[in-house]
Amino acid sequence: MPSLLILVPLLEIIFFNLFFGIQMTRIALWSAAALFVFQILAVLMHNYFFYNPGLDRINSFFTVHLGADRLALIMLFCIAAVCLVSLIIGRYTLTDKKQRFNFINVLIIAFIGMNGIAMTKDMFSLYVFLEITAISSFILIAFRRGRASLEGAFKYTVLSSVATIMMLTSIALLLFTSGDTSFPGLQSALANSKHNYVVIFSIAIFICGLFIKGGLMPFHGWLPDAYSSAPPAVSVLLAGIVTKVCGVYTLIRLVTGVFGFSPGLNALLLFVGLVSIITAALAALGQTDFKRMLAYSSISQVGYIILALGSGTGLGVIAAVFHLFNHSMFKSLLFVNSAAVGLQAGTTEMDDLGGLSSRMPVTSVTSIIGFLSASGIPPLSGFWSKLLIIIALWSAGQHFYALAAALASILTLAYLLIMQRKVFFGKLAPGLESVKEAGLGFSLVSIALALVTIMAGLFFPAVFVSVFEPVKQILLP
Amino acid sequence: MILILTLLVIMVVAAVWGVMVRSLLKTAIGLAVVSAIVSIFMFRFNSPLAAVFELSVCTGLITVIFLSTIGLTKPISGEQLSSVTKERLKRYRYLPLWIICSGVMALFLVGLPITIIFVQRTVETDPRHVLWNLRQLDLFGQIIILLAGGFGAVMLFKEREDNEW
Repeated sequence: MPSLLILVPLLEIIFFNLFFGIQMTRIALWSAAALFVFQILAVLMHNYFFYNPGLDRINSFFTVHLGADRLALIMLFCIAAVCLVSLIIGRYTLTDKKQRFNFINVLIIAFIGMNGIAMTKDMFSLYVFLEITAISSFILIAFRRGRASLEGAFKYTVLSSVATIMMLTSIALLLFTSGDTSFPGLQSALANSKHNYVVIFSIAIFICGLFIKGGLMPFHGWLPDAYSSAPPAVSVLLAGIVTKVCGVYTLIRLVTGVFGFSPGLNALLLFVGLVSIITAALAALGQTDFKRMLAYSSISQVGYIILALGSGTGLGVIAAVFHLFNHSMFKSLLFVNSAAVGLQAGTTEMDDLGGLSSRMPVTSVTSIIGFLSASGIPPLSGFWSKLLIIIALWSAGQHFYALAAALASILTLAYLLIMQRKVFFGKLAPGLESVKEAGLGFSLVSIALALVTIMAGLFFPAVFVSVFEPVKQILLP
Repeated sequence: MILILTLLVIMVVAAVWGVMVRSLLKTAIGLAVVSAIVSIFMFRFNSPLAAVFELSVCTGLITVIFLSTIGLTKPISGEQLSSVTKERLKRYRYLPLWIICSGVMALFLVGLPITIIFVQRTVETDPRHVLWNLRQLDLFGQIIILLAGGFGAVMLFKEREDNEW
C-alpha cells in the first residue's frame, strides 16, 4: 500500500497530461480531490489499507522501502487534508483554466514528495523527496511571476539550496562512516560511534539544514516573504504542511529514529525552539499584513514543537507530534481566512481592513476558533498540545523552558487579538460595504478545519489514547 | 586505460565549457556530461551506490538551475551580452591554472599520512541490480523531479499578467 501512495498520483499526472490536457481541468480537479480524500480514508482505515497482507502483494511488486508507522500515518492524514484544502482554495482563486490545470499538477507533485518524506526509511531517498517538494514549492511560489512572488521564490531557492548542500554533505559523511543510508543501518552504526567528530559534525549540519527547511529562527529569512507573496492556495499549502513535513517532521523522525537524543542535541533544540517562539512572536506583533503576521506566527508555533522535542522524553515527542497536527489544522484555517479576506476585500493590509465580522460571519467565527486554539485557550486542541508540551518540559527538569513556553502564549494571544480587532471587529472600513463571504467552498473548508480543531480538543482523552500515544513506538529503545 | 583517459579529458573539457559558455542550456548539458562521466567512473571503481547518488543529485541540480535561472532572470541585450562575456572571460582567465594547482595540491594532500578509516562493505556491482532493486525509489524520484522541471518550465517561461488575487 505505501508504494501506491507514490505511484498512483504519479500515474495520474502522466495520464492526464498525455491523454487529456487543459481541456479536462475539471476532471483533473475532481480526480486530484478524490486522490486526497482516498488518502484520508486510507489513513482512517489504516488497519485495512496499510496492514493488509492482500494489499501487501501489490507492494511486493516494487522494491521500494517505504513504511507507514503511527507517526507517518498522522503526517499522511495532514498532507492529504491540507492538499485538499489548498486544491479547493485554488479552485476559487485561480480563475485562468490553464493556470489552474498547472497548479493541480504541481500540487500533486508536491503531494508525492511529501508522501515520500513521510514514508521513506532511507536517508538518500529522503533527500530526493525533499528536493521534489522543494522544486514544486518553488514553482508554486513563483508562478504568478509578480515581483514579490519572484523575490519570495528566490529567497526560498537560495536558502533551500544551502540546506540541501548541508544535508548532502551530511549524508556523504554518514555514508563514509556507516556504509549505509537506510535508517536502521545508520542508527546501529551511529550508536557505535557517538563520540566520533565526523558523526557529530554530520548530524549538526543535517539538523541545521532541517532548521532552514522548517523556517526556524535564525534560519527563517525566506519564510515570511514566501508565505506572504505566494498565491493564497500556495500559502495554505506552505504554512499548513510543506514546512512541517520538510523541516519539523523530518527532524522528529531522524532525532527519534536515527540520531537518538543526547544532552547536547536536546540543549540545541530547546534553545532554537525558545528563540523561535519569542522572537517570531515579537516580530508578529509588529506586522501590518495579515498573511505576514500569520507567517511569523507559524515560526513561533513551530518553535513550540521543537521545544517539546528538546525535552528528550516520550511525552515530549507525543506533545510535539500533537502540536504539529494541531498547528497544521489551525494554521491552514487561518490562512484560508486570510485568503477569503484578501479575495473579497482586495487587500490583506490590516490597517485598510476592519469590521468584517458582520460581512463575513463564517470567516470571522472560524478565525476566532483558529486564533483561540493557537493561543492555547481551553477546550480547543491547541490548549491540550501546549499543556502537554509544558508538562513534558517540566517533568524533564526543564523548568525555565516550561515557564517561558507558558508565558510566551500571552504573546501569541496578543498578536492574534490585534489581528482580530483590526480585521474583523470595530467599525467597517470604508469601501468594504459590499464585501461578503468568499464562496461556499471557502466556508465549508473553514468550518471543517474549525470542527477538527474543536473535536480534537473536546474528545482529547480518546484522541490522545488512540492516535497520539502510540507514536511513542517510534522512539529508540 | 585509454578509455579512462579519454573520459577524463572529456570530463574536464565539459566542466570548463560548462562554466565558460554563456548559454544556460549548454551549461546544463556540460554539467550533465560531467555528472554522467563521474557516475561511469564510480561504477567502474565498484561504487555503484555512489554512482546512482551522483546521477540523482545531478538530475535535481540541473532542474533547480534551469528553473531558478529561467524563472528569476530576464534576457539581456546584445551589447550587455558582449560586455558580460568579456567580463566573464577576464574573471575566469586563471580558472584552468587554478584547477591544475588544486589538483596538484589534492595529490600532495592525499600523499600525506592522513588516516581516515572508512567502512568497507560488500556492494553489488551490477548497475542494473543497483538501479532497479536497491534504488528503485530514487529512480521514481528522478522521474518526478523531471516532471516537476517540465511543469516549472511551462509555468515560469510564459510571462503573464498578475491580475488576480
